[in-house]
Amino acid sequence: MSKGHKGFPWNHVIGFFLSIALTIFAVLMVQYTDFSKSTVMFIIGTLAILQAAIQLFMFMHITEGKSGVINIINITYSVFLAVVIVVGSIWILTTGHAAH
Amino acid sequence: MTWDQFFVTGDPLILASQIAIALTMVGLVVLVTYLKRWKWLWKEWFTTVDHKKIGIMYILAGVVMFFRGGVDGLMMKAQTSRPELEFLDAQHYDEVFTTHGVIMILFMAMPMLIGIMNVVIPLQIGARDVAFPKLNALSFWVFFVGAMLFNISFVIGGSPDAGWTAYFPLAGKEFTPGVGNNYYAIALQIAGIGTLATGVNFIVTILKMRAPGMTLMKMPMFTWTALVTNVIIVAAFPILTVALAFMTLDRLFGTHFFTVAAGGDPMLWLNLFWLWGHPEVYIVVLPAFGMFSEVISTFSRKNLYGYKSMVASIVGIAFLSMLVWVHHFYTMGNSGAVNSVFSITTMAIAIPTGVKIFNWLFTMRKGRIKFTNAMLWSLAFIPCFTIGGVTGVMLAMAAADYQYHNTMFLVAHFHYVLIPGVVFAVFAGLYYWWPKMFGFKLNEKIGYWHFWLFVIGFNVTFMPMFFVGLDGMSRRMFTYSASTGWGPLLGLSAIGALILAAGFAALCYNIYWSFRYASRDVGNDPWDARTLEWATASPPPHYNFAKVPEVSQLDEFWENKKAGITGLKKNEIEEIHMPSNSWTPLFMAVAFGIVGFFLVFEWFIPAAISAVLIVIGLILNSFDYDHGYHVSVEEVEETERKWRGDLK
Ligand code: HEM
Ligand SMILES: [Cu+2]
Repeated sequence: MSKGHKGFPWNHVIGFFLSIALTIFAVLMVQYTDFSKSTVMFIIGTLAILQAAIQLFMFMHITEGKSGVINIINITYSVFLAVVIVVGSIWILTTGHAAH
Repeated sequence: MTWDQFFVTGDPLILASQIAIALTMVGLVVLVTYLKRWKWLWKEWFTTVDHKKIGIMYILAGVVMFFRGGVDGLMMKAQTSRPELEFLDAQHYDEVFTTHGVIMILFMAMPMLIGIMNVVIPLQIGARDVAFPKLNALSFWVFFVGAMLFNISFVIGGSPDAGWTAYFPLAGKEFTPGVGNNYYAIALQIAGIGTLATGVNFIVTILKMRAPGMTLMKMPMFTWTALVTNVIIVAAFPILTVALAFMTLDRLFGTHFFTVAAGGDPMLWLNLFWLWGHPEVYIVVLPAFGMFSEVISTFSRKNLYGYKSMVASIVGIAFLSMLVWVHHFYTMGNSGAVNSVFSITTMAIAIPTGVKIFNWLFTMRKGRIKFTNAMLWSLAFIPCFTIGGVTGVMLAMAAADYQYHNTMFLVAHFHYVLIPGVVFAVFAGLYYWWPKMFGFKLNEKIGYWHFWLFVIGFNVTFMPMFFVGLDGMSRRMFTYSASTGWGPLLGLSAIGALILAAGFAALCYNIYWSFRYASRDVGNDPWDARTLEWATASPPPHYNFAKVPEVSQLDEFWENKKAGITGLKKNEIEEIHMPSNSWTPLFMAVAFGIVGFFLVFEWFIPAAISAVLIVIGLILNSFDYDHGYHVSVEEVEETERKWRGDLK
């Protein structure tokens, strides 16, 4: 198997603590601040994306193995498509004469 | 529903077609029975999983659809050839431009290109077949059934009539209550499944099955364009799938995704349609670029100029093609910011496209050019396509587009892109790869007739349309008064269409003539070409290569020929593992067709019952443990000896 399995699994440990930290952070944000609802949503959303990235890189090893690069290209391209389609459509359909 | 609603009645043209279709079908059945060819058809074609045969069936379907779409085109040209003609009425004209547009793009351009990809790509990368041969057969049959379902609409139930773009609210139940636009939603959905599966299949094939040593940057240019095309297919077709599903729900089950009542939004359809529709334009034009690259490089007897910049521009086009869709509806009432951004992205696409044009020109520079038919089509493509491209940049400016939008200028523009970019390319590809597919060349002399008639006819047909467009003629107008002054130009355009049709007839005659009389002695490499498909027999044995080639450079085959290393040693031959034929793809496609037909007529209970057939097909497939068969060393040796002088 790949080299990630030899020696002390630093990646896993760091990933583990980071994901716990991110989760606690999200809870604190909701429980103990009085930011407006949209600000809270925005921050939690950002944390969720970070969380997903940690899972992918630290635990699911997407960069390893023969298809590592392909995986990265795939994910980036999918994110690009999703953003273009969703954000683009919302932008187009809400800012034109629909807005008046 | 009564019988005269089921069959379209009351129009002599359609009655004639109904009779002709019935006679043709009876005739075909009688012919096949008389020639005792049923078993052969079933074993060699209907159940085949061989990529070459599937490719040939795609191409055949494409030629037939070109005929159907072309007749539609001629009918429109006849109707507008003089002011106030009463050949087609408004409704009939609507139906004809709708079926023309859909058929030309989805059932002519797509299968022609996918067909050529099927034949060529596995050979070009040194593989024995595609990654999922059975899925490939399913792709073809599902596409074919979808196409046939769409085609019968004009005799059974009535044609769709809301344009190939099927804009809501017109395409909604309220304004088009008949079954016509149900055909659109369901037939396209069924065919789309096939296209999506093809996309996955070819991406995997190209990424995973290249000959040892063929790195990405050593792939032939056609393979590169095929890869990128299929990536765009997988990116864009799901959008169409979703949009069509919404349309089906709206029309069949009364939902309101696109109808203003109950809070739907017709513009959402436009938005989704073109989110798929613009990438679709690049799906059909990129493989064409690849074919021209192969042909130009072969007949200039030079390496393709600027290989890396070619690759970069293809990838750049793929990327930009997802970012320009609003240019189809600048006039919908978008904000200024939206229109400006999309104007800029649209104009930006001209840059990578220009790079490619210059690369082809530089490839030819100082080359020893051979003016074969394939090369002639490539040469004619460059100026014609450039006219299409330049008018495209004119249309790209949102402010100016308010003048051009939906005029004949636009219609002329996209025909100047699609005909050189797809049809010329397909012709170039057919003349070029024909000997590989069938073991004989198409006749070059008849080919000149085909070429000159078609190219002249094309320009005479579409050039006048730019001018009537600038003069204010909008698209989809079924008639006009003499006082507009468009009569002479449109008359000229109609004459052009006749010349165009004569060109197509010359192609058909060429195919017939060559089948009967052309020399069968063409060898494996009649054009002295560069890529791997020419290293094996013409037509190739079902296993493609006796020994999988090894690659260390671009144009491996060419370099090997120059270095004198060709041929095959006996002890290199090994047993070959091949996939078995299967009838489940055809079965499943037919099941899809039956369900689709019932859905079109909104007969839900029969549809639900026949949907069981699809499930049965899936189950049969899951429990299919056939792992293929082996071709023995003796059989391979025997086959290879027949065509090789160099078996050592
Ligand atoms: C072979 C000769 C052809 C002729 C004579 C022809 C002629 C026409 C005409 C007269 C129209 C309608 C103009 C109008 O009234 O709005 C039209 C529309 C169209 N054509 Fe063609 N055409 C040809 C080939 C093609 C090809 C090869 C393609 C695509 C690959 C194509 C795609 C379309 C599309 C998408 C439309 C728009 C349909 C609509 O308005 O919904 N045509 N064509
Ligand atoms: Cu476009």
